[in-house]
Amino acid sequence: MSNEQIKEQLSARFPDLGEWEEQYGLLTFRAAADQNIKILQFLFEELQFQFLTDITGVHFPDRKDEELCVVYHLHNLPANVRLRMKVYLPVERPETFTATQVFAGANWMERETFDFFGIRFIGHPNLTRILNVEDMDYFPMRKEYPMEDPTRIDKDDEMFGRG
Amino acid sequence: MTEQHVKLTEGALEKETTTINVGPTHPATHGVFQNIMEIDGERVLSTVPTIGYIHRAFEKIAERRPYYQITPLTDRLNYCSAPINNIGWHLTIEKLVGMEIPKRVQYLRVLIMELARIADHLVCNSVIGVDTGALTPFTYVFQWREKIYEIYEEICGSRLTTNIGRIGGFERNFTEAAWQKIDAFVAGFPALLQEFEELLTRNRIFMDRCIGAGPINAERALSYSFTGPNLRASGVDYDVRVAQPYSSYEDFQFNIPIGTAGDVYDRFLVRNREMWESLGIVKQAVAKIKELDPSVFHAEAPEFYLPEKADVYTKMEALIYHFKIIMGETDLPAGEVYHSVEGANGELGYYLISDGGRSPYRLHFRRPCFIYYQAFPEMVSGGLLSDAIVALSSINVIAGELDA
Repeated sequence: MSNEQIKEQLSARFPDLGEWEEQYGLLTFRAAADQNIKILQFLFEELQFQFLTDITGVHFPDRKDEELCVVYHLHNLPANVRLRMKVYLPVERPETFTATQVFAGANWMERETFDFFGIRFIGHPNLTRILNVEDMDYFPMRKEYPMEDPTRIDKDDEMFGRG
Repeated sequence: MTEQHVKLTEGALEKETTTINVGPTHPATHGVFQNIMEIDGERVLSTVPTIGYIHRAFEKIAERRPYYQITPLTDRLNYCSAPINNIGWHLTIEKLVGMEIPKRVQYLRVLIMELARIADHLVCNSVIGVDTGALTPFTYVFQWREKIYEIYEEICGSRLTTNIGRIGGFERNFTEAAWQKIDAFVAGFPALLQEFEELLTRNRIFMDRCIGAGPINAERALSYSFTGPNLRASGVDYDVRVAQPYSSYEDFQFNIPIGTAGDVYDRFLVRNREMWESLGIVKQAVAKIKELDPSVFHAEAPEFYLPEKADVYTKMEALIYHFKIIMGETDLPAGEVYHSVEGANGELGYYLISDGGRSPYRLHFRRPCFIYYQAFPEMVSGGLLSDAIVALSSINVIAGELDA
């Protein structure tokens, strides 16, 4: 099963998919937030992408109305092909659907993504913080939270660190 | 004293089950894990794992660090087999840059990674012995884990959190003493492993404790995204070394052992068998390395690989590159890459987004422990409490990797 074939079958079924890429041979595409589970199910049933490698989030503060991104890595074990699906969400309403109905392993991966990025997965059985403390009131992996205390003046970010 | 000091929840007195807290610092949990268990006598009805006690925000820290400074962070994921994490990270950067790595360096890496796998499996399997009441095999194998650590020490100077190698190769060539230690290990280890297996594999008590404990079938294991020995014990022959060979694993002959039942005993057998296979790979690597030019231990990539210290003092070029690398001024190409290696516990993946700057825009570790530990409640519910302890050891959850 080549990337071309997967792309053909996917775009025949879901014409809205876009931003096709093949960086380092890994087929990547963008899906709409309300379609993610339909696509995962189609990939699971029709194209044998039955192994969920990873779910994680990324924050792009400069991209208007699509600041947050959920990245799914899927693997078709028999054919040994991987692919990557991205779902962009606005930071004001970061909501998409949970993959726990398709993959049991999505549970903690989505909790981790919620914990660090505040992305809400509708339908998740227990969407609570997992690695951070319960009463934390921010999402630490978002870019507006600097790793070090922003009031410190003894560190010059021009030379050391991301300027 | 009419006031009631202890507030009981409704139905607490009528309830016939007991809630107990296993961990976070319980001697039987080998790491910082907490499980709030509902038990009925000796039976576990349900359990809720609480994790995150040693979360250290590596992904956030990595967003400010130059690439070469991220290697020590990866040490602290699965600290039982740190070299695999280090080399996996170097391979990710090399994939992003498109660096050509000489064959000898690739084989040296394979050699180190397989030694690390043996060290990791030794700990896991001997601890299953400890939890079932057999302390002696544990003391035997730790002598040999020590020998592997001495090999690391000879190569990179440190033992547990190794920070081994550099982007592009190794910091120095393997010394004569390192080769002697590797040869001594390869010669002596089979007898130890044989003895270890004789002590446990057909031991009646050990078998009774392990067979049928903490089982998971192939379908559930795949649904829970299991990888590594835990998945293979359930009967699925997925191994990243074969599926997507990296660092020239395709040049080596080895078998992928699989189990059937996916219980503690199968996981034990799979890990034991894997140690024999790893030993075979180490032997092949030693033979292959002997055929190659012994002076090669890094790639020719001056932008990423630190120059010799003597050259820094005498050569202009070397001084410039040294400064640029140390100050983290070497930019990487913009791009997005996912690279995975077969860690001792499963598929260890690095998802890296580079925006072309000095440090990653986003780095995510796919940590196998984190992903399969969520299946623990399903594996132990309905079994005995003592089985749950053994099951926890046998899936080899490493707190550092779990919590990142």
